[in-house]
Amino acid sequence: MNAVTRYLKSLLLIELGQGLMVTLRYFFRPKFTINYPEEKTPMSNRFRGLHALRRYPNGEERCIACKLCEAVCPALAITIDSTQREDGTRRTTRYDIDLFKCIYCGFCEESCPVDSIVETDVQEYHFENRGEHIMTKEKLLAIGDRFEESIAENRRQDAAYR
Amino acid sequence: MPIFEIVFYAFSLVMLGAAVMVITVRNPVYAALFLVLTFFSAAAVWMLLEVEFLAIILILVYVGAVMVLFLFVVMMLDINVDPLKEGFVRYLPAGIIVALLMAGELLMVVWSKGRFEAGSYPLPAPNPQGYSNTKEVGEVLFTQYLLPFEVAGVILLVAIIAAVALTLRQRPAVHRQNPSLQVRVRRDERIRLVKMKPDSRQDS
Amino acid sequence: MPDTWMDQLIYMVILILKIVAIVVPLILAVAYYTYFERKVIGYMQIRRGPNRIGPLGLAQPFADVFKLLLKEIVLPENANKFLFLLAPVVTLGPAFAAWAVIPFDDWMVLADINAGLLYLLAMSSLGVYGLIIAGWASNSKYAFLGALRSTAQMVSYEIAMGFALIGVLILAGTLNLREIVLAQQGGVLDWFWLPLLPLFVIFIISGLAETNRAPFDVAEGESEIVAGFHVEYAGSGFAVFFLAEYANMILISALTALMFTGGWLSPFEGIPVIGDTFLGEGSIFWFLSKTVVFMFIFLWVRATFPRYRYDQIMRLGWKVFVPITIFWVMFAAVISVFGLIVRGS
Repeated sequence: MNAVTRYLKSLLLIELGQGLMVTLRYFFRPKFTINYPEEKTPMSNRFRGLHALRRYPNGEERCIACKLCEAVCPALAITIDSTQREDGTRRTTRYDIDLFKCIYCGFCEESCPVDSIVETDVQEYHFENRGEHIMTKEKLLAIGDRFEESIAENRRQDAAYR
Repeated sequence: MPIFEIVFYAFSLVMLGAAVMVITVRNPVYAALFLVLTFFSAAAVWMLLEVEFLAIILILVYVGAVMVLFLFVVMMLDINVDPLKEGFVRYLPAGIIVALLMAGELLMVVWSKGRFEAGSYPLPAPNPQGYSNTKEVGEVLFTQYLLPFEVAGVILLVAIIAAVALTLRQRPAVHRQNPSLQVRVRRDERIRLVKMKPDSRQDS
Repeated sequence: MPDTWMDQLIYMVILILKIVAIVVPLILAVAYYTYFERKVIGYMQIRRGPNRIGPLGLAQPFADVFKLLLKEIVLPENANKFLFLLAPVVTLGPAFAAWAVIPFDDWMVLADINAGLLYLLAMSSLGVYGLIIAGWASNSKYAFLGALRSTAQMVSYEIAMGFALIGVLILAGTLNLREIVLAQQGGVLDWFWLPLLPLFVIFIISGLAETNRAPFDVAEGESEIVAGFHVEYAGSGFAVFFLAEYANMILISALTALMFTGGWLSPFEGIPVIGDTFLGEGSIFWFLSKTVVFMFIFLWVRATFPRYRYDQIMRLGWKVFVPITIFWVMFAAVISVFGLIVRGS
């Protein structure tokens, strides 16, 4: 490109005009925005969200207090105390997950031999008071009871690839 | 016409007060801002005389440009007041003499006969409808006073060139950017596309 | 001028009512201009923009305003309190005062003065005081840097802008804004944008620089100097700066509409069929729609271009715009003297 055309090009603001045309074109494009609470993006069945403890269909809790999850947790977010129950099985007396420490890596879920601790696809939750970020055993079991259907469905869909 | 008088006295008082403040306040930034206020009030008083062209030009040139640059400089000054007070007593007599001299001259002018007496400058008659102050000024400026006007322009030009010449210096050691060169650069001048054969896999 | 006290009182009341009739719609326009800006820029970035508060997000500006007004006014410890509080008012004053001479229609003008154009230039040059006072009074290095930048920038671009307006007044032969518009009568091709095309473009670009808008927003430069001259302002002080900035943008848009695209004159004037209907009549509707087009250009440019480097801004103002405008002012003088442009044909 020789100097004259270059000079004319910058004087006549040609490149600026081209830039303006680009934004004008995008102005009329359909928008990508999802109106979040009303519309949601599709979610993977492997999504790692809020934690839950599952039960067997007969109502017995799955967790056997093997503490593999506590050992594997890279963020040291899990704390487990265990004892022997009257029927001779080993059970947890305390199963706390600190959600502020948790990095949602899913190792606890992978390590669990009985598919007890899982991460559900629940991502909309919040805390309003101090201390609520500690998920106790009761809370985790309650979440598991509440979302058992979707947890089981997601596990079933993913089973073929494991 | 009460409104006319109210406006006149209000702006006159503000102007006088601000003018006094300009020379009495300690902070140079305040002084500059009071000077702005003085100009502004003066423009308003001129406006009452129906000389809108001069009034607006006063605001445009002095307030809008000159005082902005003034403030610009004054704000960047970091004046230490104490050294300025040194020698105050030593120079006081000379200062008083000069002040008295100037005050005397001013008073002589004011008291001289028929110059500043009430009635020697009557309020000009209101201008007729459709009278354009701008046009009148332009006509006088470009006919009767053409030569002084052009000379003033040339003097200003000389001042501009002098200012540029005084501050222009070549400093070869300093690396400077040349925006037009930067803008003119094309992709081809900076980027060389190299075709490379992908490394053959080393099977051992 | 009326003589008795009563007459003057009535005159004053009517005057104040007229001022209110200009200022209130202006403030509303500013409020919705911010909404419009967020929508337009959102759309250009393939987003939707605000759409939560009220239908289509239309109540968003009011939510913003109330949030700002209810916030605490923070006075920095070492700031110059009086000037710090004065600065937003000084910025707002000229931005609103300039509207006094804007003719919205042939008869709709608050002050039909002979030196309207000069008055506008004076008012726009006063706007810089608010910035410089704010920057200095904040006692903050970022605010001060922003103030210095914007002062230098506004003083420089005022020259290019003034020259662009001189081209207009040479062709129109008057400083009265109403007569400038009337001098453009006769349809789209008789408006001044055509004979003064370079000045028209330069006026718009200088307008961007005068109002410290992107791509000339080095005075704010949030990535370099945080927010420039108004870093230290919160709540209502910030709201007033915001109001002044947007009022100035609308003012520049209105000026462009008046000076270069025939103000309230209809674009269909002189066209055989449509021009004879009501569309061919000049009205405030045309003035407002032209203003909105230029307001859109402000946002469009902001959504498109990255910020100029500071030395490039100065180069553009002094080395490019001033020579071009001087040349074109001479050109305008030549075509005016030789009668190639017939006024109000």
